[in-house]
Amino acid sequence: MKITFERRAALSRPVLFAAPVIALSLAMLTSLILFAALGKPAGQALYSLLLEPFVGWYNISEVLLKMGPLMLIAQGLAIGFRANVFNIGAEGQLIIGALCASALPVYFPEGSSPLMLPAMIAMGALGGAAWAGIAAGLRVRFNANEILVTLMLTLIATQVLNYLLLGPWKDPHGFNFPQSVTFPDAALLPILLTGTRVNISLLAALLVSALAYVMMRHRFSGYQLLVGGLAPRAARYAGFTEARAVWVSLLLGGLMAGLAGACEVAGPLGQLQRSVSTGYGYSAIIVAYLGGLNPLGIVVSAFLMAALFIGGDNAMVSADLPVAAVFVFQGLLLVFYLASLTFIRHRVILNWTRRA
Amino acid sequence: MAPLLQLSGVSKRYGGVQANAGIDLRVDAGTIHAILGENGAGKSTLMKLIYGVERPDEGQVFWQGQAVALSSPSDARRLGIGMVFQHFSLFETLSVVQNMALIVPGSKAELATRIRDLGAAFGLSVDPQAMVHSLSVGERQRVEIIRCLLLNPKLLILDEPTSVLPPQSVALLFDTLRALRAKGMAILFISHKLEEIRELCDCATILRQGRVTARLDPRQGTAHDLATLMIGRPMPPPVHPTPHGLGEERLALTALSFANEDPFGVSLKDVSLSVRGGEILGIAGISGNGQQELAALISGEIALKSSASSVTLMSHPVGDLGAAARRKRGLAFVPEDRLGRGAVPDMSLADNALLTAHSRGLVQNGFINRKAERAFTAECITRFDVRTAGPQAEAGSLSGGNLQKFIMGREMMLNPSVLLVAQPTWGVDIGAASEIRQRLVAMRNAGAAIVVISEEIDELFEICDRLQVLHKGHLSPSLDVAATSVEQIGTYMIGAAA
Repeated sequence: MKITFERRAALSRPVLFAAPVIALSLAMLTSLILFAALGKPAGQALYSLLLEPFVGWYNISEVLLKMGPLMLIAQGLAIGFRANVFNIGAEGQLIIGALCASALPVYFPEGSSPLMLPAMIAMGALGGAAWAGIAAGLRVRFNANEILVTLMLTLIATQVLNYLLLGPWKDPHGFNFPQSVTFPDAALLPILLTGTRVNISLLAALLVSALAYVMMRHRFSGYQLLVGGLAPRAARYAGFTEARAVWVSLLLGGLMAGLAGACEVAGPLGQLQRSVSTGYGYSAIIVAYLGGLNPLGIVVSAFLMAALFIGGDNAMVSADLPVAAVFVFQGLLLVFYLASLTFIRHRVILNWTRRA
Repeated sequence: MAPLLQLSGVSKRYGGVQANAGIDLRVDAGTIHAILGENGAGKSTLMKLIYGVERPDEGQVFWQGQAVALSSPSDARRLGIGMVFQHFSLFETLSVVQNMALIVPGSKAELATRIRDLGAAFGLSVDPQAMVHSLSVGERQRVEIIRCLLLNPKLLILDEPTSVLPPQSVALLFDTLRALRAKGMAILFISHKLEEIRELCDCATILRQGRVTARLDPRQGTAHDLATLMIGRPMPPPVHPTPHGLGEERLALTALSFANEDPFGVSLKDVSLSVRGGEILGIAGISGNGQQELAALISGEIALKSSASSVTLMSHPVGDLGAAARRKRGLAFVPEDRLGRGAVPDMSLADNALLTAHSRGLVQNGFINRKAERAFTAECITRFDVRTAGPQAEAGSLSGGNLQKFIMGREMMLNPSVLLVAQPTWGVDIGAASEIRQRLVAMRNAGAAIVVISEEIDELFEICDRLQVLHKGHLSPSLDVAATSVEQIGTYMIGAAA
């Protein structure tokens, strides 16, 4: 039997929206079976995972809190992914961004200048961009694969974070916990929704999404990146340089991840701690693809992924699920999404060949 | 006696396109049968049905009187049908001999010897150990021809086989085909070169829009008659350019040498040429002799950091500049590969116009002006008669000829000082090809400097003022078209000129 995939002609928008829906349904069904096999209350687990995040104002606000960094990072990554530049190390760029932003309040713990916060944000964003820039430079100069380099730089970033928190930056009054001093008020982002932890970085993330949309749809620079991703030889023919695409993709991705890192320490954390690295940088890869690498789609998928994070926390408490179960669910979601997208874009032709 | 191959009422539909409708065909052993038709007339589809690549929606195929249902090319090969495709069907990551070994029995050493023998016999020289990815389109087609002959088929299908051969080799190939016919083999010969068909074929079936419009003996009647039957209207006359005053020098290569890092690529040695406004320079030669490299060196896709002055545009040294910088200085380029290089298949025609026409007011302050983009595209579609649903159609959905008209139109609408065109009419139907040639001559008359790289000698003789021949990375001296002959060019093409 021969199985061939034939690309379908034009696809309507509603059909493309079907992929995430199908993926979510299949991931739910599979995890239901998995949870049941683990001997956990499957119904309760799914309720905690999928519905509880939307029950009550507190839960919803926590979803919004997590949505911000996911959206920020995913927007930056998606630009690179569409240009065939695969930045897998957003987690490391987020850590470096958080470090750079933390330097100010760590060295000026009593600081009260209104310039402190903007400077932190700028340092965080630039730090993330510089970290990703290492990978860009190595790729352009030595053709070093950016997937490996960004991934390895993440490991280095984690060690830098550990070193600072266990050594020079450790809070002297912190009972030896690996964390920095708590930041002064001047180093904290204003709260957006009173009574919650949601700060104005959510607005920044939405603004970045709008800018990403404009760039990819209406800017010539975005178009050049798309051409480089879809047809590298056409880009060379037109004179769009590959080096520029690599630099732009990685710097933008690093900038966004660094910004997200700065917003974490200046937002919900209020200090630098190891838990700044919770895997946003990796989850954002899933967010970017679930959103179809489309700036608007990413807003939706970031919201869904954030809800999954909150739901996962809930499920660990209420249904006694292991933490790995949440990652399994995320993984299922991505795999089913890519699979359903393939089946939506292609027609499968089964050819039962009879041997003469 | 039953015919070797007979088709009755065969139809095939792709989505909304009726590629073949009720085709009847009869091919007897010991004949050479021509299939004539414009691009998109359904020739390739018909051949795919015969070769088992596709199955007909309706109708029946008979082989030596027996009804057969071919479900794969290996079925067809088992019956004794061989096919040489117009577009390569070779594995790029394997060597020539490894590709052969996939369908031809025998040890590799044995095959390599047979490949060399066949190559020597038919002037199809190919290194059996060369990797296919490093071969040019022309060389790949040679490999295809040899691969088919290795199997000693009863019916040989040749899809535009002569388009990559120099004149001397065409004559040799025809001798081979005649010898095969004498041995009783049937040959289906697809070509748009009408003189060739009249010279070689015993009978011809003419297709237009998926239907058979005529069956006749091509030796009776003129090429003009055949063309009229094929395109459904009288053929446009050829357009020999009339001599006229020349402008200043626009493009010059001076002792340009390029050492190719690709071990299978071609290095250029000491290449010099000069083109002035108001003339067309033709670069003849079989592809694989450095055409791709020459085109990339002129376009700027390959820049030479160390020798800026080896390429000059409008008297400025540009050898070290990239493609974008050279375009700014007035160069436009139509490459030989349309999908993936000249156009992005997954993007709309409008977005493909943006690829090189962005400097024509299509981008303002970094923003894409969609209105201007659509207007430019629509004008290109109308002026160059691109058959498509509109500016929003994906480039990949256009037929090869239509896409070529679009790319050619886009580059011409840039009003370049220098236009470089590689293989302008490759896979383009006869009507569109003659239109493209007319437009090139019109641009020349308007004062542009044009370089045409082509394998089609007739085409070069029709439109060029001067010719230079590329052979193994060397460029011949300039020859005045009026004072040279096809034979002389052919001698340079095979490197036999003293």
